[in-house]
Amino acid sequence: MAIKFDKISDGQYQLDVCGYVCPHPQMYTKKALQKLASGDELTLLFDNPSSGESILSMCESEGNEVFNREDGEGSFTWKIRKS
Amino acid sequence: MQASKQRSVLAHEGGYKAMSITAIVVVLSVVLLAMDMRWIYLLVYVWFGVIYGVLLQYGRFCMASAIRDLFAIKVPRMAVGVMIATALFSITAGLVTATGYSTFHPHPLGWHIIAGGLIFGFGMIFTGGCASGSLYKSGEGNVASMLVLLSISFSQALFVDLGSWSNSFTPSSWVASAAEKGMPESLSVNDGWFDSFTAGYIWDLSGGTVAQSLDTGNNWLDVFIGNSLLGAILPTIAVLVVLYFATYRKGYLRRNKLESPTFGDEMRGGWAMMTASKNTALAGLGLGVFAGLQMWATGALREHYNIFNFGELLQKMGYTEGLSVQQTVFDPGYWYITTQEAQLGGWVLDKAGVDVMDNIFFGLMNGIPNPLINAPLLMSVGIIAGAAILALTRHEFKWKVPNMETAVFAIVGGALMGIGARLGMGCNVGAFFAAVTNGDMTGWIFLAGMLGGGLLGVKAFTMWIDWRTSADDDFDI
Repeated sequence: MAIKFDKISDGQYQLDVCGYVCPHPQMYTKKALQKLASGDELTLLFDNPSSGESILSMCESEGNEVFNREDGEGSFTWKIRKS
Repeated sequence: MQASKQRSVLAHEGGYKAMSITAIVVVLSVVLLAMDMRWIYLLVYVWFGVIYGVLLQYGRFCMASAIRDLFAIKVPRMAVGVMIATALFSITAGLVTATGYSTFHPHPLGWHIIAGGLIFGFGMIFTGGCASGSLYKSGEGNVASMLVLLSISFSQALFVDLGSWSNSFTPSSWVASAAEKGMPESLSVNDGWFDSFTAGYIWDLSGGTVAQSLDTGNNWLDVFIGNSLLGAILPTIAVLVVLYFATYRKGYLRRNKLESPTFGDEMRGGWAMMTASKNTALAGLGLGVFAGLQMWATGALREHYNIFNFGELLQKMGYTEGLSVQQTVFDPGYWYITTQEAQLGGWVLDKAGVDVMDNIFFGLMNGIPNPLINAPLLMSVGIIAGAAILALTRHEFKWKVPNMETAVFAIVGGALMGIGARLGMGCNVGAFFAAVTNGDMTGWIFLAGMLGGGLLGVKAFTMWIDWRTSADDDFDI
């Protein structure tokens, strides 16, 4: 179970931090977003509920947009567009 | 309409499981009360635990998140929530104190508080949860958090029971002072570092509340001006102002396109920060109210049964095993976390044949009651149950088995938290939250230690992640 960060297509990336608890998900998300260019989209998979709130606040303060959220049974798939 | 909305909340697998857990707690409570009404004293702990668990999970209330998100990703959300909770709890705690039902004892002031805070704060960055956070996350099915709880339990029990080898680290002044205390032979007060630390150092210190030092002769004035306003609310406002300027203001002004903000704009910005996560603030409000109510309920029960400590009640009910030499058990009467976890570790060690009752912490002060009748420990179980109930209802429960990295961090970080909690005489709840809200200024010192430890922890953790991502091809694109 390792952290997976992949480029899916042009401007589309995916970060999978399932199985990790605080603070990994938010810190890896921050790191991944730093690697993206403006307008790129990141699909983020995680399963630690409390990281979600932190990631939401972080995106808000940095101006990145969480534009799609699919919340399943304890698993979350979010799409973030870098500003 | 209301009915159909309610069905959608509970009519799913998680909802049924949540209802089952609730039913189990209710049935066990009824059975206990049917056996002996005096179990109400223990059940107060359990049910307040369940309420705390629901609130913690609802607000994702975690001091580790508060400090870590602040330093690591500059997000003040949780720190703001903790501050709001602190201000509110100081008011309910003030009511309880002023009416004479307070069960609170201030902590002695000394270097151990900042040292304990530092070690605790450093450790909790790696475990991903503080003492209360690890409890509610266990309720979300997080196995790593359960490892943290076990590690906190055993590291504390082993730390307070350090063997003779640790005597060489004990200053001679502690040994001399401890020897003068006239403790029973069975406690061997100068055998083991922690015993000499307690009897020869801690007991020579004094502490108190702001209300006690004001001493105007008017109890209500002392409590509300001293403990609540000066001790908690004003420091809280100061912290909130610092948080606003250090972390929130820039983003707020940019989002609202304010180039030359007026005082009104700044106030609106501050309000936006406080309401940015309504859940955390609401949880803080609830925790403040219920933490005060718990002190009141336990204080009233003590008066009713004419006891000072649950140990006396246990004795009357025929349970004498695991009581301290003073016939007491750990019974704070308010929200507390780590000491009862140490008792769990101590109880297991005792069953494994280790004599832990020869030390002051267990033998003289807290005892090692059977976990099934250890009221504060059952409060912790209640927290896990309450968090599980809400997480299941909200589709957020998932069994999460840790990988090796997370498990090692949980155990090592948990051990540091355990040692820090014993040195600092409590965790983020007992040594900070419950302290500052009752006018005990040592809580702010513990927080300062936790912040320092947290900052160092975040630096170390960031280095670890940088190293991992540079060594790990998976993170390259």
